[in-house]
Amino acid sequence: MALMVVKFDLKKRVKLAQTVWFMYWFAVLAGILVLSLGLFFKIELRKRSELMDNNESHFLPNLLILMGLIACGINAFGGKVCYDSLDPVKFAKWKPMLKYFLVFCVCFNGLLLMTSLLCFLMRIPLQFTLAEGIKNGMKFYKDTDTPGRCYMKRTLDLMQMEFRCCGNDNFRDWFEIQWVSNRYLDFSSKEVKDRIGSNVDGQYLMDGVPFSCCNPSSPRPCIQYQMTNNSAHYSYDHYTEELNVWKKGCRDALLSYYGGIMNTIGALVVLVTMLEVAVTVGLQYVNSSLSTLANPEEVESESEGYLLEKTVKETFTDIMAKMKAMGKGGKVEEGGEEAVATVS
Amino acid sequence: MSVGKVNFTKAEREKLAELLWLLNWISVVTGAILLGMGLFLKVEIQTWQEVMSEQGVLFVPHMLITTGLAACGINFLGGKICLDCADTNKFLRWKLVMMPYVICTFFFTACILAGALMCYSIRSQLEESLFLGLRHSMRYYKDTDTPGRCYLKRTLDLLQIQFQCCGNTGYQDWFQVQWISSRYLDLRSMAVVDRLRNNVEGKFLMDSVPFSCCSPLSPRPCIQQQLSRPLAHFNFDQQSQHLNLWRKGCRQALLDHYTGIMQSISLIVLLIWLFELLVLTGVRYLQTAMENVIRLGDPESESEGWILENSLAETARSNFNIIKNLGKCYQVDNDPNINVPAVMAEQEIQSDQVQVQRMG
Repeated sequence: MALMVVKFDLKKRVKLAQTVWFMYWFAVLAGILVLSLGLFFKIELRKRSELMDNNESHFLPNLLILMGLIACGINAFGGKVCYDSLDPVKFAKWKPMLKYFLVFCVCFNGLLLMTSLLCFLMRIPLQFTLAEGIKNGMKFYKDTDTPGRCYMKRTLDLMQMEFRCCGNDNFRDWFEIQWVSNRYLDFSSKEVKDRIGSNVDGQYLMDGVPFSCCNPSSPRPCIQYQMTNNSAHYSYDHYTEELNVWKKGCRDALLSYYGGIMNTIGALVVLVTMLEVAVTVGLQYVNSSLSTLANPEEVESESEGYLLEKTVKETFTDIMAKMKAMGKGGKVEEGGEEAVATVS
Repeated sequence: MSVGKVNFTKAEREKLAELLWLLNWISVVTGAILLGMGLFLKVEIQTWQEVMSEQGVLFVPHMLITTGLAACGINFLGGKICLDCADTNKFLRWKLVMMPYVICTFFFTACILAGALMCYSIRSQLEESLFLGLRHSMRYYKDTDTPGRCYLKRTLDLLQIQFQCCGNTGYQDWFQVQWISSRYLDLRSMAVVDRLRNNVEGKFLMDSVPFSCCSPLSPRPCIQQQLSRPLAHFNFDQQSQHLNLWRKGCRQALLDHYTGIMQSISLIVLLIWLFELLVLTGVRYLQTAMENVIRLGDPESESEGWILENSLAETARSNFNIIKNLGKCYQVDNDPNINVPAVMAEQEIQSDQVQVQRMG
């Protein structure tokens, strides 16, 4: 028994072919959309690759670009087939390969669904990449004279101002690294010598943050230095001071930014997958309704269209049997040849 | 004689009408573009209107918006009229409206040109407005507790960060205002009291700038305090000083930003004006050609179209006479319905009789 049989007369067939052709053109646009989303995501990752140690995985945007290109291709082809299906002569050209094309479409739709799932899951490795990248970036903040790292200060400052964040987890991360270069430290001064001597690594650590951490919404001028010393500033309590510097950590800020992009892309790819499934079903109906025509020359006659020729279970057992036969087919032939060889 | 006379056959008239219909629809799109540009400029100006002392500059985007809406309306009507003009019968419907429509479109096209020229001329007014506005904002930078001014600090900080500028003309402007609120000054400390006594107005002036003046491009951490004493900082040479803060003044930065936008807008508006002029010329030719066809009586015949029926001087003279006579329409001139006293009436009759005798 065929699955989901629908009766078609000529008018219905023509309408079906036209609708599916129209939907295929939408699907081509959807393919272009997926392609451009992949490109956009790739560019966004590239823009901030310094903050991810140049270590970020471009697998997802590359996959999106590939899927977009394939979608454009098969949708354009499907549209052409639907357009030709109204003319029996032209359709006879496409008939033999249509079965394989439909199987390919089903596999592609599965891959597309997997891609959308990946969009939601890629957040987790990105979190670790960002944590490592920002930590290393902060370490190289002061190295504005080292080739290859001289733009790290600028990148970090611009990032902190744009994303309204400070440090990796919070602003205290800046207390643990030396972010002032030795070139600008007066080593003859007692204060500098004390600070360097006070820790194991000989680093100039201070309870201060760069200016890019400052919050413009603060009612008082920004307090960047001696932040934990309440007596150094008039009417200042660092425990209750909320608006002085940005409270958020840059890892969280960047993660929510990229997470937002990936969630949107994932949702759009799910919608594109649904559209692709719809056009594949439509093409299957067009194909089946034209192949069950009793007399191919008599275009006016009625025919049946179905989703699957047999029930799901029977189709599945058929596929299994075919795959087993393909696996055994090689062996049986070899055995026969050997027997023939030994006989003669 | 006539200005720009051209002969039109019936086929040419129909083709002209179709072409004008298409051009009018394109003009509707350009009108929408004008509207969009006006809205964009309005939003841009309103984003930073706190640092402008007066809102006179808003006149330009309002004019663009009004002109854009008018363009959409006039060209939509024009498209409808031109489509009907292909057929002589339908033209009769629009016959009386055509002349006022052409005059209206002429004035509207002049408005577009005025709008384009205004974009160029607004620069000096904008500069004055920015100078006063920025000076005012810097003075009230510290008043984050005064209602109505509490967001000036944030606006000014964000402005300096976004436009990469510092102060009005340069960073030294910050040395002349007190930008730290007295709430955060320890007025018992000798250092603070000394500074306050140092100047006539009792302001806490320092040679330091807010953090938003800092340039991220500097290789060293930002130096904001004691800027007039380079020796107070270790290894603070000329190059470090140059890269440390933003060198540009915010007035110049904003002026460049808005001048750039308005120059692009005025270029596009000039192109739209040329296009509208073309459409207007076409409509005028179509109007005169159709009127002449009706005058000749035969819808199939050739007719002439022109821009002006007589030469420019004669048309100007006749229009001037019309305007002059408009003023005279209520003067008494032998109107039998007006009661004139008997003596004056007899005098008039006698003078008329004398004239008749002379002529006779």
